Amino acid sequence: MSDRAYTQTFSALAKLRIPAAAKEPAIVIPAVILGILALIAILAPWLGTIDPALLDPTQRNKLPGFVGQITLADGAKAPFTFHMGTDNLGRDIYSRVVYGARISLVIGAMVAIVATALGLAIGMVAGYVRWSDGLIMRFMDGLMAIPPILLAIALVSLSRAGLTAVIVAIAIPEIPRVVRLVRSIVLSIREEPYVEAAVTAGTPTPVLLFRHVLPNCIAPLIVQATFVAASAILVESILSFLGVGIPPEVPSWGNIMSAGRQYFRIFPHNMLYPGVCIAVTVLCVNVLGDALRDRLDPKLRKRV
Amino acid sequence: MFGYILRRLVSTIPVMFIVALIVFLMLRLTPSDPAAIIAGDNANAQQVEMIRQQLGLDKPLLVQLWVWLSSLLHGNLGESFFFKKSVTSLIADRIEPTLALAAFTLVIAVAIAVPLGIFAAMRRGSLLDRIVMGFSVMGFSVPAFVIGYALIYVFAIKLQWLPVQGYSRIANGFEPWLRSLILPSLTLAVIYVALLARMTRTSLLEVLGEDYIRTAYSRGLTPLQVLVRHALPNAAVPIITVVGLGVALLIGGVVVTESVFAIPGIGRLTVDAVLARDYPTIQAIILLFSFVYVMINLIIDVSYTLLDPRIRY
Repeated sequence: MSDRAYTQTFSALAKLRIPAAAKEPAIVIPAVILGILALIAILAPWLGTIDPALLDPTQRNKLPGFVGQITLADGAKAPFTFHMGTDNLGRDIYSRVVYGARISLVIGAMVAIVATALGLAIGMVAGYVRWSDGLIMRFMDGLMAIPPILLAIALVSLSRAGLTAVIVAIAIPEIPRVVRLVRSIVLSIREEPYVEAAVTAGTPTPVLLFRHVLPNCIAPLIVQATFVAASAILVESILSFLGVGIPPEVPSWGNIMSAGRQYFRIFPHNMLYPGVCIAVTVLCVNVLGDALRDRLDPKLRKRV
Repeated sequence: MFGYILRRLVSTIPVMFIVALIVFLMLRLTPSDPAAIIAGDNANAQQVEMIRQQLGLDKPLLVQLWVWLSSLLHGNLGESFFFKKSVTSLIADRIEPTLALAAFTLVIAVAIAVPLGIFAAMRRGSLLDRIVMGFSVMGFSVPAFVIGYALIYVFAIKLQWLPVQGYSRIANGFEPWLRSLILPSLTLAVIYVALLARMTRTSLLEVLGEDYIRTAYSRGLTPLQVLVRHALPNAAVPIITVVGLGVALLIGGVVVTESVFAIPGIGRLTVDAVLARDYPTIQAIILLFSFVYVMINLIIDVSYTLLDPRIRY
């Protein structure tokens, strides 16, 4: 990175004013909760969990706090408290919920990265290469005319369900909005005197895009990426809940709720814990996104 | 005016063409063999080959596109693999519950969200404003199925005021029909209310800062008169726009809500079709919902002329 590009990137990040942000509750509280969730996801095996896929037909549908026993790897039995009860296959809900944080956070982060990276690339091309603009934007209009969840469902139905397929299926419907955002920034920046000067000086287009256009996109993209992450976590839980997402034996919060549906009337706890986890996680990401938007880009405030 | 409507109608043709193209390419450009996936894991090579022929996947791509588009233009949405009948009749059988649910939700959502947004804007910074905005963020964050099961638990299981699940056709009496729709509509309305209340507040706040509002107050009008005569008509366009854009959320929500409440509508059909890998049905549903979405937004665009005399075409 050249010095100038570095300075511009730095100034975009400097708008975050990290020391000041560290005093704002709307940023600190969700950031801390998400940090704890990330720790829980990483440390899952050491948090008193057992194998989340471990079946035990003799201990099905137990209420939270049930004291039963588990079979250890060497065949010995050991007493075990099921803090959140067991599901209809005798799996420990607590372990499944803790491991479920991994899926949700990975999906949220990966979809945000994939969708913003692809949207940034496509948006820069559409904004800068004039002849491609009409073509790309009409295609994006078509993509946006398909309701996002429907598009994601159709896309997963065409591949063998797995983490990568789900990430791709959720990311594709998110791309058009990122493209539109990037394109509008590019269109306004290419009229700036310093860009015109760079063009006159003979700067090649790729260098121009990287050095002058990209740094201006960073702040709005950070905001957009948080909203993409929130929506991705929601859509993943919906896909899993409908039984079309990640394979059912994988502990994701949507899958736990999906498994709990059948016995919901008698054992509502199967749905309560993962449901609360999804709501809290998405809420934190959304609140964080709102606060970042207000901080980085007051103009965006008016948009919904 | 008429010319404008016609122009807008024509402008939806390329969008719908691209939607059709995307739906077409989705099946053809998947990295894995779609025929093998649709046939399922237990199919033998012969069955896979049969499905490939049924879908026309053995022909050149452009021929396939031509066949698919021309049959669409004839109103032929194809034959369902799973239900063994035409997709058109399949959808026709299931349209009533979905339409009832969507219409009911729209009415509930507008009736709740617009007043909430107005109160929040009029009392900016008050406790009520903060509650409305807090609810709005919550509404975006809690998935519809979590809300649905929470409502079922409280109102159907604990209080036993309303049926747990299922749909009662309007032909079987008005009251059971209404009762079967209340919880699903409330579930579906939450995200819509969140979106609309927020937009109503934002757009009203913007209008309330204008000079003519100050002038209206200085003429001695009461806040209610200012609101009804000057603020609301000017804030209406963005609110109505969001009503239209929110239909995308509504359609996604219908799929989830019908699944939670066991309502035999198009949303439920979508999930059944995906689980059965019934691709002709999935394609038809995407086309139908996208068409509805595009048309609703077209109608809303055209309605701006009625709401705002400054907009002329």
